[in-house]
Amino acid sequence: MGAGVLPVLKYLPAEAAGRGDTLVVVIGDAPNSMDIHRKGTNRPAYQIAVNLYDRLVTYGNKKLPDGSVMYDYTTIEPELAESWKFAADGKSVTFKLRKDATFWDGTPVTANDVKWSFDRAVSVGGFPTVQMKAGSLEKPEQFVAVDDHTFRIDFLRASKLTLPDLGVPVPIIINAKVAKKHATKEDPWATEYLHKTPAGGGAYMLERWDPGQQTVYKRYDKWKNGPLPGIQRVVVREVPSAATRRALLERGDVDLSLDMPAKDAKELMQSGKLKVTGIPIENCLHAIGLNLNIKPFNDVRVRKAVAYAVPYEEIFKAAAYERGVPMYGAKSMKPATAAWPQPFPYSTDHKKAKALLAEAGLAKGFEVPLSFNLGLAQWSEPAALLLQESLAKVGIKATLDKIPGSSWRSRALVEKSLALHLKNFGGWLNYPDYYFFWVYQKGRLFNSMNYTNPELEKLVDTTLHMPVKDAAYATNVKKMIGIVFEEVPLIPLWQPYLDVAMQKNVDGYAYWFHRQLDARSLRKA
Amino acid sequence: MKHSTLKLIARRLLHAVPSVIGIVVVTFLLTRALPGDPAVYFAGPAADEKSIAEIRTALGLDRGLPEQFGIYLKNLAQGDLGVSIGTGRPVVTELAERLPASIELTLCGLLFALSVALPLGVLAATRPNSAVDHLCRVVVTAGVSLPTFFTGLFLIYIFYYLLGWSPSPLGRLDFVYVPPPHITGFYLVDSLLAGDVETFRGSAAQLILPAFTLGLFALAPIARMTRAAMLSVLSSDFIRTARASGLARSKVLIAYALRNAMLPVLTTLGMVFSFLLGANVLVEKVFSWPGIGSFAVEALVASDYAAVQGFVLAMAILFVALNLTIDVLYTFVDPRVKMDS
Repeated sequence: MGAGVLPVLKYLPAEAAGRGDTLVVVIGDAPNSMDIHRKGTNRPAYQIAVNLYDRLVTYGNKKLPDGSVMYDYTTIEPELAESWKFAADGKSVTFKLRKDATFWDGTPVTANDVKWSFDRAVSVGGFPTVQMKAGSLEKPEQFVAVDDHTFRIDFLRASKLTLPDLGVPVPIIINAKVAKKHATKEDPWATEYLHKTPAGGGAYMLERWDPGQQTVYKRYDKWKNGPLPGIQRVVVREVPSAATRRALLERGDVDLSLDMPAKDAKELMQSGKLKVTGIPIENCLHAIGLNLNIKPFNDVRVRKAVAYAVPYEEIFKAAAYERGVPMYGAKSMKPATAAWPQPFPYSTDHKKAKALLAEAGLAKGFEVPLSFNLGLAQWSEPAALLLQESLAKVGIKATLDKIPGSSWRSRALVEKSLALHLKNFGGWLNYPDYYFFWVYQKGRLFNSMNYTNPELEKLVDTTLHMPVKDAAYATNVKKMIGIVFEEVPLIPLWQPYLDVAMQKNVDGYAYWFHRQLDARSLRKA
Repeated sequence: MKHSTLKLIARRLLHAVPSVIGIVVVTFLLTRALPGDPAVYFAGPAADEKSIAEIRTALGLDRGLPEQFGIYLKNLAQGDLGVSIGTGRPVVTELAERLPASIELTLCGLLFALSVALPLGVLAATRPNSAVDHLCRVVVTAGVSLPTFFTGLFLIYIFYYLLGWSPSPLGRLDFVYVPPPHITGFYLVDSLLAGDVETFRGSAAQLILPAFTLGLFALAPIARMTRAAMLSVLSSDFIRTARASGLARSKVLIAYALRNAMLPVLTTLGMVFSFLLGANVLVEKVFSWPGIGSFAVEALVASDYAAVQGFVLAMAILFVALNLTIDVLYTFVDPRVKMDS
């Protein structure tokens, strides 16, 4: 987008800095596309889907004891859909769309737009298709535009994940009439066009996009699918250096900073000049993975020995700066609740570790590379160093193996060839069985441990689509957790916080599972 | 004179052709030899095997290396460097936007370094072991030994955070300004061409700290080289003759000594410019500068083939042009230099 298209506007209106209707946000890494369905779209670009597009449904909010607000995964609320009804036979769900909702170009939002958008998400392949599949949304034939304002989804199977999956950033409603105009034979889904030019009807519209520098949203004043946002203009500026982001925030030149390192969050919180909100990221763990295909980790005694040799407290203090929920030190091998994540029944005990190693015939210890992702070095490097030191005390000689971001995915997730490694996974849909599906089932991408257990396979398969209200649900989840307590292919360290710091006059921030800033709820005093 | 310079330029360009071809081949092979797998990287956080395969096909990485190379050459011949997967934009566009940002910053840094290093070097040479000479030594040592990210953060801390004199370190322009219409890509030039003094001031203010940071780093080799070259020239016979003939001190120093000392300084300048352009990644990160360095590093981390190839090629061409410019400058500074003999 050339600056030449804005001939008269030499400055963004001068009130940009400081005035109540503009919010300036700094972020470490900027969106690389306006289209979440495109191949290669990065994580920060999900904020475009969140703020510029609508979905059929959204989630409610809940207040936490400390006064901070987070989305509530148990309540699903209308966004473009006014209401919905499950068929009596449980084989479909029908949505009534808002009659007065319009796209930015003033044309009404119809069920045909919804169908086209959903067809696109399940057809383009890659990430959007995988995410749709998680909600059992797989084929265009499932989506039916009954009339202009009625839309039906036919189920392949009844699943508790279907409705929640419609509230994630992927199933956005695109202005199909505009998009189709730019579709070609080679590019039937107009990916080239939508990559640069959003076409939707969300609460914000795009004012400027200077890739690698800034994205500016402007409020769409005729938005009907929720309460009109309090902020008129949002400037999202890319500032790669965390130290610079912090200086900008402390000087008061920006309103809100994302991607806060734990250390900065802790210090800013203590200084009291700013508002710092840290909320545990749901369904997310920083953990140590043990590869069962590589000896001696096929032996559960060795895995347990490692779990007892981890210096949990030190790591939590030096790598997490205590910005998280500890995931160690539970008392019983049997989980008391079906909550996930929950602390594992291990704590630092070198004596036990040594005894277990001796039992496994490894009293003399062994050598192993300890791999971590350089892209996550902020927490994984100090954690790896502390772990290395502690493992040496029980005779395990770990050598540090730093892996750059691009090779990490290939080696850890696709080839699954790392013996001992520090990893992280977080699931969008907040169900334990969803985490187990991605991390503990055989062959899954995030099962970098090559872990398999026939009983667990079956449990996850039957539980995944089961409603939470089902009597067997909690029992099944507890069984699953009990199995991984006992077999520890993965040693959880802590559940990290999502830290966001803002000026004291910024209000209405809410945590979302997608970890992006939803600017729609923000206000400035 | 003019004719011979043109001949020199033509010959040098001809010489550059094999090296550029070599670079094209080597970067193509080197990027493929990188350990990362772009298909896996760009398949996104929750990709399964099927979607990784889909990405691989979409990127054309499922074809054989010779075929990929053929496609690359064909596109290159049409001036198409491919699309960077990381930023989602054509590499040519990225380079056209980011290269001027880096060059503007580097030139400003170099200008600052020159304006300090030349007088300092000359003064130090004329008064060896005096206070000025020691000052020169201290500045040079400090400039070389302070890492740029440290200097950058330190300057931000003093001039922005504590004193508030400097504008927010938000890249080329604060967010209240809109970039000037794109003509040369240099904001300082473009804003003046558009007659927009306000934006000119804004971008100049943004440039001061990063240019100073870079310049401090570049100062050392230039000052050292000026001092050494001046020392050797000042002790030569023709200077003694000039002095004995009673020429004015300034005339001897500038017209005779400095001009003759410029050759090695020019050579150093060329080298300093090229390593500054490559080495300012850290400065770019600290000052949120949307330059070529951070683009290249991110492309490397993500194994973004097209972006890496485009970057290396652009740099190679830039270096050829730079060397040529320096050589041509030689002939102006010292008419005795004849490249074609």
